[in-house]
Amino acid sequence: MQQLLTIKLRHFLPNKTVTFPAFIFAVIALMAAMSSTKEPSGLDTSSLEKPRKDSIESVKAFMQVYQVLMSPRCMNCHPSGDVPLQGEDSHLHAMQPQRGKDGRGLYAMKCANCHQAANTPGLHMPPGNPNWHMPPADMKMVFQGRTPHQLAKQLIHPAQNGHKSREQLLAHAADALVIASWNPGEGRTPPPLSQEEFAKAWVKWIKKGAYAPAEK
Amino acid sequence: MITLSVNKKTYQLDVDPNMPLLWAIRDVIGLTGTKYGCGAAQCGACMVHLNGEAVFSCVTPVSRAVGQQVITIEGLSAGNDHPLQLAWQELDVPQCGYCHSGQLMSAAVLLRENPNPTDEDIDQAMAGNICRCGTYSRIRKAIHHAAELQKNGK
Repeated sequence: MQQLLTIKLRHFLPNKTVTFPAFIFAVIALMAAMSSTKEPSGLDTSSLEKPRKDSIESVKAFMQVYQVLMSPRCMNCHPSGDVPLQGEDSHLHAMQPQRGKDGRGLYAMKCANCHQAANTPGLHMPPGNPNWHMPPADMKMVFQGRTPHQLAKQLIHPAQNGHKSREQLLAHAADALVIASWNPGEGRTPPPLSQEEFAKAWVKWIKKGAYAPAEK
Repeated sequence: MITLSVNKKTYQLDVDPNMPLLWAIRDVIGLTGTKYGCGAAQCGACMVHLNGEAVFSCVTPVSRAVGQQVITIEGLSAGNDHPLQLAWQELDVPQCGYCHSGQLMSAAVLLRENPNPTDEDIDQAMAGNICRCGTYSRIRKAIHHAAELQKNGK
């Protein structure tokens, strides 16, 4: 009986030299199958779509972005205090309107009480946009006084950037209020880069890894 | 043709949609209580309520007010008896009076949103209204007094 069993098993089991490579092959096949369950669509093209991370290129792009964000057209509504700034020298806004809880002003001094849906014609008249506002009191998103390192870190942190995901950050370059910076109204200079150059640098900074310049 | 609701009356105006709301109110409709001061949203003399918010009508295009509710100083109360108007009279606030329709319209928004304002609240709310006679201290007193009148249901 014992002999019969041995013969039968030999008949079905491969010899030792064949068994080990077959086992390895089976494990690899299983791992491949498991990984394919994570990507039901089959080929994972994410590595093809996303540019490789590159800290040098990313930081270089951010330094261009930084020039724009620290220009009066952006920084004047991202002050370190609760009063917006004004003018090419970023002085405190005349009348000292307050940020308010929602970033849209207080009482009779709400942003939209002066700022219309479009620029008011005339030299130094109030610039306009339908969504004119500052960041809200619970997330002030300050630009004024921030170093490149601090600002880059702040911009990519959802708890400090208005809860924006990477995708929302990418889309922010096309936000109507951001774009309004390049239509500042008479008597105001636009940011130092063109809107297209800014958008390109912004996207490059994020897609190359959203690295922060080193703190000096 | 522009259709405007001012002080709960409807007006049909044949004006440019970009005309400042102030011109429409004063020159076309004929309600002259609202004043022209600077024409650049710097002084507050032209303040009216647009859907309850105190807008500077000198820079507000009339087209923005279409389909909205405009209230001027003439429509602030039915019998000139808004608590602020009563307090203004009682404390004899105005000197030349030119800026005071704007002052009252701003103060009315403050008292609606904050029935018990502090001095700081008043300063913040009234920062857009300039008074060339310097009646600021009486304005502040009158707003506190109006808050009391409002509390007592007057």
